[in-house]
Amino acid sequence: MTDEIRLVLKAHARLRVDVDELSEDADLFQAGMTSHASINVMLALENAFDVEFPDRLLSRSVFTSIGSIRAALDAIAVEDVA
Amino acid sequence: MSVAVARDVDFVAAVRAIADEVAAASAADVDSRARFPVEAVDALRTAKALSAFVPEELGGAGVSLPAVAEACLELGRRCGAAAMVFAMHQIQVVTIARHADRDSWHAEYLSRLVDEQRLIASATSEVGTGGDMGRSVAAVEQLEDDRCGFEKQAPTVSYGEFADDLFTTLRRGPDAEPGDQVIVLTHREQATLEQMGTWDPFGMRGTCSPGFRIRAVFEPAQILATPFPRVAAESMVPVSHILWSHVWLGIATDAFDRARAFVRAAAKRTPGEPPPTAQRLSHLLSELSLLRAEVESALQAFVAADEDRDRLSTVASALRFNNLKIAASEQTPRVCAGAMSICGIVGYKNDTDFSIGRHLRDAMSASLMIANERIHQTNAGLLLIAKDA
Repeated sequence: MTDEIRLVLKAHARLRVDVDELSEDADLFQAGMTSHASINVMLALENAFDVEFPDRLLSRSVFTSIGSIRAALDAIAVEDVA
Repeated sequence: MSVAVARDVDFVAAVRAIADEVAAASAADVDSRARFPVEAVDALRTAKALSAFVPEELGGAGVSLPAVAEACLELGRRCGAAAMVFAMHQIQVVTIARHADRDSWHAEYLSRLVDEQRLIASATSEVGTGGDMGRSVAAVEQLEDDRCGFEKQAPTVSYGEFADDLFTTLRRGPDAEPGDQVIVLTHREQATLEQMGTWDPFGMRGTCSPGFRIRAVFEPAQILATPFPRVAAESMVPVSHILWSHVWLGIATDAFDRARAFVRAAAKRTPGEPPPTAQRLSHLLSELSLLRAEVESALQAFVAADEDRDRLSTVASALRFNNLKIAASEQTPRVCAGAMSICGIVGYKNDTDFSIGRHLRDAMSASLMIANERIHQTNAGLLLIAKDA
């Protein structure tokens, strides 16, 4: 899952650094992702994973790092099963 | 009545008295000379209103945000500029109080604010960012002796010349991205402000908001620990929109009250035959009610989210408070223009009991303090992903 998240970030986050060099908990906003780019990241993630982020999970903290994005996707997957 | 409620009631009553007795008397002069509403601000200092929101454990009165909002409305009914100065100051106080860590420099500062009734201005706008508060050019620079400094060109700093302290957004350091911002509180004696340009605007003239080139040297502890993007989402943006819109509601309410007084005077001259303006007043009441409903419901939404601050940084919440700004800033001049057209020539003249000119001019500032089109642009992006708005 993390590899796919990295692919989405590569295509849409417009970071100033190489996504592959970022750790799971590195701050994406500090790495140069703008609010505008974060919207495109969310859209691309919904597309890539065929999910919809509920409004509750559409917050800055959820999109702060690769790890936080993965945790949100996991939470959605659990909800879908339940 | 609980202690907390009584405290709120006393605070609002004190500010209402200042609005009626002090701000109202100087409003015309403040407006015509584009000068700072010094009488009203001094009276607010004497009443310790500048620190009313500071929590009790830090020595303040600990009034609630709804009480602060109501105080903004009361001042707005009498002098839009004094009300806006008060609102902007309270935005900084609320922001600091919500994000200052226990025993931090900022917590200590709040205690000092209670004793000294210091007035806080903000320098969040910047030349070269295209009006985007979420980006900075100027950065925190490391100086010798472990101190920091900055130089920033801000195109508008309301009451910058009259403020004791300044709340400034900056990039975290010279290598930081434009959006990697912090906010720093500096004292007047730590900064030099060089005015850029003049101040002779259409309305809100008493806010005295020219541009400044600011240079400051300060201690690292004066940088708020919480990163600015979080401060903005959880406090500064929603609280700004809530308090500004209460000021605007105050302006619109007084414009409506003047139109009502005008219609009533006409009705008294022709008993039994309602004047034609009476029906237009009814239309205007609908417009004012829409404004009031939007302003009050946004305040309630913020109070409800207070226990769960993460909710304030969601897309849905950003849309909610952005829409408050857009809707209230468009509706306020509509109400003022309607009031003026009811009062006719006596509303248009600047020196009658029914003058609406100052209200209308002050109201016209609302849609451009943070341009509505910029907010629409942000909302347009957010709407692509939001599910329930």
